[in-house]
Amino acid sequence: MAFPWRLIVGIAFTHIRGRTRQTALSILGVATGVGFAIAMAGLMEGSQSDFISRIVDSTPHVVVKDEFRDPPLQPVARRHAGAAIALRGVKPKEELRGIRNPRPKLAALDALPGVAAAPILRGQVVLRYGGKEVAASLIGIEPKRERRVSQVESDMIAGTLDSLYGAANGIILGRSLARKLAAEMGSTLSVTSPAGVMLKMKVVGLVDSGIVSLDEGTSYALLKKVQVLLERPNIVNEIRLRLDDVTAARAIAHRVETRIGYKSESWEEANEGILETFAIRNIIIYTVVSGILIVAAFGIFNIVSTITFEKAHDIAILKSLGFRESDIRALFLFEGLLMGGVGTLLGWGLGYALCRILGTVHIQIRPGAEAMALPVIYAPAHYLIAAAAALSAAAIAGYLPARRAARLNPVDIIRGAT
Amino acid sequence: MGTPARTVRASESTAAVVAEEVTRVLPGAVATTLVESVDLVIGAGEFVAITGPSGSGKSSLLYLLGLLDRPTSGRILLEGRDTGAFGRDEAAAFRLSRIGFVFQFHFLLPEFTVMENVMIPLRRLSGRAHGRLAVRAQDILESLGIAALRDRRPDQLSGGERQRAAIARALANDPPIVLADEPTGNLDSHNADLVFSILGELAAKEGRTVIAVTHDAALAARAGRRVGLVDGRIVADSGPSV
Repeated sequence: MAFPWRLIVGIAFTHIRGRTRQTALSILGVATGVGFAIAMAGLMEGSQSDFISRIVDSTPHVVVKDEFRDPPLQPVARRHAGAAIALRGVKPKEELRGIRNPRPKLAALDALPGVAAAPILRGQVVLRYGGKEVAASLIGIEPKRERRVSQVESDMIAGTLDSLYGAANGIILGRSLARKLAAEMGSTLSVTSPAGVMLKMKVVGLVDSGIVSLDEGTSYALLKKVQVLLERPNIVNEIRLRLDDVTAARAIAHRVETRIGYKSESWEEANEGILETFAIRNIIIYTVVSGILIVAAFGIFNIVSTITFEKAHDIAILKSLGFRESDIRALFLFEGLLMGGVGTLLGWGLGYALCRILGTVHIQIRPGAEAMALPVIYAPAHYLIAAAAALSAAAIAGYLPARRAARLNPVDIIRGAT
Repeated sequence: MGTPARTVRASESTAAVVAEEVTRVLPGAVATTLVESVDLVIGAGEFVAITGPSGSGKSSLLYLLGLLDRPTSGRILLEGRDTGAFGRDEAAAFRLSRIGFVFQFHFLLPEFTVMENVMIPLRRLSGRAHGRLAVRAQDILESLGIAALRDRRPDQLSGGERQRAAIARALANDPPIVLADEPTGNLDSHNADLVFSILGELAAKEGRTVIAVTHDAALAARAGRRVGLVDGRIVADSGPSV
């Protein structure tokens, strides 16, 4: 007595055909849940990967900083590791902060495969021009190395990084900073450092990174000039690395740190807060989407329950004819799954359509900036996950009334009819 | 008392239906006894009418004999097999192949045609090709004179036609035992007559054991054997007819 699939399926279809409107509503519920789940997932993951690729494009992948994760051990503690040591009257050594003598370190980093390194020295200065005074940070760079690791050159709207070599003391200003100072290309500014050194510097380039707060307070000059200005010869305070393989950032940061001792931060570590925010956002969205799917499951539960109530006679008849409880269970479970399945297929279509529509929406955050299309990605995994969730919900929603229907005692119903 | 003597014991092993001390009590705040200490031996090929006033437990006895219900105590043997040991699936399988049910209200599936209704038990039992089952169903419909109605739905049939369709479905898997619960209860006298004749022929010509519950004394008189029930107890039995 093989399981009569075709017979069960045939009876299920007949049941469902009898209530087109209710069935259509349940199916639409599932379709909406699946569709929005797919669209949400596509949009979220799209914006996330878009954001990450912006970070990856615009910031160094690994930054070697002039600090240490843990304070260095006292020599006596290093000598007697694990011993109980009491030190009294320790006076900290006056040390110039920074990465000293960076040349050999840079050479070592450059030797790593797929790694490009560039040093910078950053300091606060005061820029004066025509009676205006603006405090800004001045970043000392080596143009030849810098263009290998950052986007500064492509953000320049006037001049090039190489024009720093052209003038005796060249300086590149952020566009908004130049506006604040009312300085133009060719203007000569006086630049004063906290060390009291003053240099006359000529504007040889302008940068527009697209981030106003950054452009308002950033300027660039040659590393050597900045070292003079800040009185920190042969010192840099960051070495930035750009990798061919972005995903190796953590591993390379760790390797660099163990090798040269300075704290090395990968882009993931630097943006941990943002990545955490993404994780929380994902949880929120998936909770909402699960809610939609659960509501859709209630729709299925409702209609399968209704059918089992209306079809109590049929159930009694089938059982008196010799159908087993498992046949009855399979019948109503199948009806739930059928609605879930059809809803899922429609939901796939709806999800794809929503993604297409969302992809054409352009948003403009800053006036004057280029409008950005919503980043949507299309991933088969989203479709499969949404389908799995919808079908499991439909299976549960169908199984519960199916189990109750299978337990119906035919005698009770036959008695009730007479 | 009309309680049958236990002299028929010897034939129990070959009897189609045997009830031994069968009692069915509905549990509840006030327990109701539906059937009480029924002893009955029905031979293969007998046509038995169970009669009694309404509430006498005749339908309850029929459901017990058809394995739709389980006795509170006592034993039911069908074709020599003790059904007390049957699990639910075994009982269902036995009903499917060995028992045909006909109810007072035809109980056809309303959304299926006459042909489809007859096909459902056929298809549940058999893995055979659809076409051969259809031939079998067609034969049954013809033998009952309703082949022309095969594509109608139950609501397009008259009462007598529906009851004949229900008999056709009961006969689908060629069961040796046919149980009918007030099969003529909703029919006019002409159709009641016809349906009862059909049931009689199932026993006389085809050798099936037919047990029909009825409160119509005139119809019951045409059965080979009459068993009278009052308050769940057998009060009269005309004795084995074969």
